Amino acid sequence: MIEQRLWLKSPHDLTGKIFRINWLFVLLLCALATVGYVALYSAADGSPEPYATRHIVRFAFGLLLMICIALVDIRVIARFSWIAYAVGVALLILVLKVGHVGKGAQRWLELGGQQIQPSELMKLGLILALAAWFHRANWERIGNPLFLLPPLIAVLVPVALILKEPNLGTAMITMMLGGMLFFAAGVRWWKFVLVLVPVPFAAHYVYQHLHDYQRARIDTFMNPESDPLGAGYNIIQSKIALGSGGMWGKGFLQGTQGHLDFLPEKQTDFIFTMIGEEFGLVGAIAVITLLILITWGALLIGLRCKHQYGRLVAFGIACNFFFYCFVNIAMVMGVIPVGGVPLPLISHGGSAMITMMVAFGILMSVQVHRDVEFANSDND
Amino acid sequence: MIRRDIRRGTVFTRRALLVGGAQTLLLGGLAARLRQVQVEEGSRYATLAEDNRVTARFTAPQRGRVLDRFGAQVAGSLINWRALLVTEQTVDVGRSLDNFSAIVPLTDAERARIDRDLRHGKSFIPILIKEYLSRDAMTKIEVNAPDLPGILVDAGTSRTYNYPYELAHILGYVAPPNESDMDGDPLTALPGVKVGRAGIEKFHDLALRGHPGVVHLEVNAVGRVIRELDRTDGLNGDDIGLAFDVGLQLAVQKRLGDDAASAVVLDCRNGEIMAMVSNPSFDPTLFATGVSQAQWKEWTKDRRTPLINKATSGLYAPGSTFKMAVALAGLDAKAISFHDRLNCPGHLDLGTSRFHCWNKAGHGSLDLHQALKYSCDVYFYQVALRTGIDRISAMAHRLGMGTELDIDIPGQRVGQVPTRDWRLSKGHPWELGDTVVSGIGQGYIVVSPLQLATYAARIATGRAVQPHFTRRIAGAMQPGSQPEDWPDLAVPEPMLQAVRSGMFAVVNEAGGTAPRARLAGPAHLAGKTGSSQVRRVSRKQRESGTFDSKNLPWEFRPHALFVAYAPYEQPRYALSVVVEHGNAGGTAAAPLARDIMAEVLRRDPASRQDDEPAQVADAKS
Repeated sequence: MIEQRLWLKSPHDLTGKIFRINWLFVLLLCALATVGYVALYSAADGSPEPYATRHIVRFAFGLLLMICIALVDIRVIARFSWIAYAVGVALLILVLKVGHVGKGAQRWLELGGQQIQPSELMKLGLILALAAWFHRANWERIGNPLFLLPPLIAVLVPVALILKEPNLGTAMITMMLGGMLFFAAGVRWWKFVLVLVPVPFAAHYVYQHLHDYQRARIDTFMNPESDPLGAGYNIIQSKIALGSGGMWGKGFLQGTQGHLDFLPEKQTDFIFTMIGEEFGLVGAIAVITLLILITWGALLIGLRCKHQYGRLVAFGIACNFFFYCFVNIAMVMGVIPVGGVPLPLISHGGSAMITMMVAFGILMSVQVHRDVEFANSDND
Repeated sequence: MIRRDIRRGTVFTRRALLVGGAQTLLLGGLAARLRQVQVEEGSRYATLAEDNRVTARFTAPQRGRVLDRFGAQVAGSLINWRALLVTEQTVDVGRSLDNFSAIVPLTDAERARIDRDLRHGKSFIPILIKEYLSRDAMTKIEVNAPDLPGILVDAGTSRTYNYPYELAHILGYVAPPNESDMDGDPLTALPGVKVGRAGIEKFHDLALRGHPGVVHLEVNAVGRVIRELDRTDGLNGDDIGLAFDVGLQLAVQKRLGDDAASAVVLDCRNGEIMAMVSNPSFDPTLFATGVSQAQWKEWTKDRRTPLINKATSGLYAPGSTFKMAVALAGLDAKAISFHDRLNCPGHLDLGTSRFHCWNKAGHGSLDLHQALKYSCDVYFYQVALRTGIDRISAMAHRLGMGTELDIDIPGQRVGQVPTRDWRLSKGHPWELGDTVVSGIGQGYIVVSPLQLATYAARIATGRAVQPHFTRRIAGAMQPGSQPEDWPDLAVPEPMLQAVRSGMFAVVNEAGGTAPRARLAGPAHLAGKTGSSQVRRVSRKQRESGTFDSKNLPWEFRPHALFVAYAPYEQPRYALSVVVEHGNAGGTAAAPLARDIMAEVLRRDPASRQDDEPAQVADAKS
């Protein structure tokens, strides 16, 4: 009981906490959001409306939210881990019941005029829940398969729900995110091998039960030129736009493909193409470098954290961010099938931005509270 | 406890660094791939990007109208209201179509075609639901628009003929272009555009087509229009004003009836075609919708050849109508004079051959005037022998026979009036017997009714007029409408006058061969009959005394011909009438010629004030 009270007591006052925020990381986020502003300004044919202004306002709001969350003790956040997870699952079930149908899938919930995508909240909830679960685990318990069963179920339930929407891409990302957390928690290598062996068979089974549009995506990915006017259109257009950008790009607002509307969904999923066309390879690699820096920033926060919960949360958030970036860029380059994944803090879209900023807020809370006394239950 | 936690921490550190490294490598890999796309393959994509942007889309102009002499439309464009379906604009295609068919019924076949188009089409390219909508149907569609999401009404054009059957041979028809029509005119590549296939439609195709408008559009690679950049309006096709009087044309058509017959009426002072009929005709609009096998068979099996314009493409031995040419050749060559009298004993012997006159008893001694009036064969046998075939054919060519005319519809056949050289080129020497039969327009001579009418017009006026339809293009008068536009025939007027008076006698003097062609009114018609044998009559048949071509099967009966002009005193109109297998020109063709000429003179289209260009413009707007 005494310890309970003890670990709630923060070693820092408010000013100390603010000083402990990683402002360099915040600066990187601001840089990324600025890239987003510039790209969205261009996507609207050189106008702050309708994307860029809203984007930066949202980011400012998200930044405020992030700092507020950063000041919340990580141990308090940890208490809400499973609640966040439960809310995520509940929303996923809700979206299946009353969700808005878009592009053949139920993904969106209407919430006070704002559309939210529960699967994004779900990933954050899953990170927190798994981190909380593995925080409890000492080295011996990690080796116990029975101890691994509940978190496995905790991963599979949302994956199954997301698959039912159906949203194959997000389901796979969620699955891999779970796997990464298992890995970081210290689950043995051979256990991953054991799980990965049946994957090809499962993949075959899943392919058989895919929707036509999903199968088309995979088929088109295998050979985009086979159907240049159909499903391969987006990929080909995106590659044309990127390729025509060359080394130095066509210049700000000078991109033809984006401005002539050849580029599909240029303000959301294909914003990176827009950047590549107007700012060339140099601009694109600058953005990729920024993304790598942010990923590493998040990982470093985890590495410097003294408690397992914070490490896993930071690691999970870093991985989540990486997945968004990698899937989005790989998608617009035609390296993986088109998946409807936005580029964090650059793509236009409210719910992804806010979710991401909440995640960074928790990450920053880990940074601020990296060395608080946060014992796992085994140590009691 | 602490040790355990440290162990856990080191494993995390190790694995987190591993994962971070892997992530860096993966993003680095994307950067490398990006370098490949943007730099190494960059120029290729830059070209593709340029192709991507702007496309020129042509808008089809409206095809010009064809008008008659007085501005009455004979061919025009009809607005063709069509209902189209854009599938991407509707959630439920089936419901839209069901609602549509409740308003405008769709047959099962139409529904099946729509379903087929739906399966193959792209969601933003409109699919034709139904065309040729009535005004009533259109109103209903507009009113019910809220129930018909994705369905829109669109105006196309289709060619319409006011007298499809009656003017088929003159106007021709239009059809979708085939490969040989792809002459570089971008218009021919437009959907729904049709090009002229025959007649005026073909001859004036370029003028009628107009010029396509160009709309520059930004489109994406699927051809989906993103926005319109600029627009250059096209020019509608020019209206073509023809010289003929559609009312006269219909009257002539009616008079000729259902027989295989043709008639050409010219303004003999300038060659303008006042009427050109080839019966029976056909309905070319059937070509637009597709001709049934049965219909095609009916047309091609019909021995009256409805698909052929007999006026320009039918070739007939001119028979006795050729005698004026022989006479003029003889006079011009001074082989005969106006008053030379030649004897007709009923036949002419040449070596072992005997050439009969149609009158076995013979005409006795006669001069040129009488020879024409009675159409004596033996007289012209002798003139032909005296003149020689080459001079006869030269005169015939000068008069418009066996030579190409400047007619402004395609498909004329030239026929022939032979020469020695022609015969030699075929490997045979010209024989005197050939010259003898040429004297009465038989043998190797074949001409078209159009040439016969031209021949009559040239004799009547002494001008080398060319038959033609075109009078105005886009309202502007074309050269050729004035007599002075045509050169002199270079045949001395007294010679022509001698022949004309013979033609006058044929109709108007007692004993002439065509009293049935005499006009009821004060005006006089000058003409000449002709019978064109299609099968050689053997001596045995002739000498049996019971031979009568009326008893022959239809296809072996001679053709009946008549050429004429009127009024005799002041020639204004020339005509030719050919009744296939009509036997004698004097009985079958002359009454037709009389009635037609009476109608022509009654209407007198060439003397009436025709439309002013301003009126054409008014009618256009």
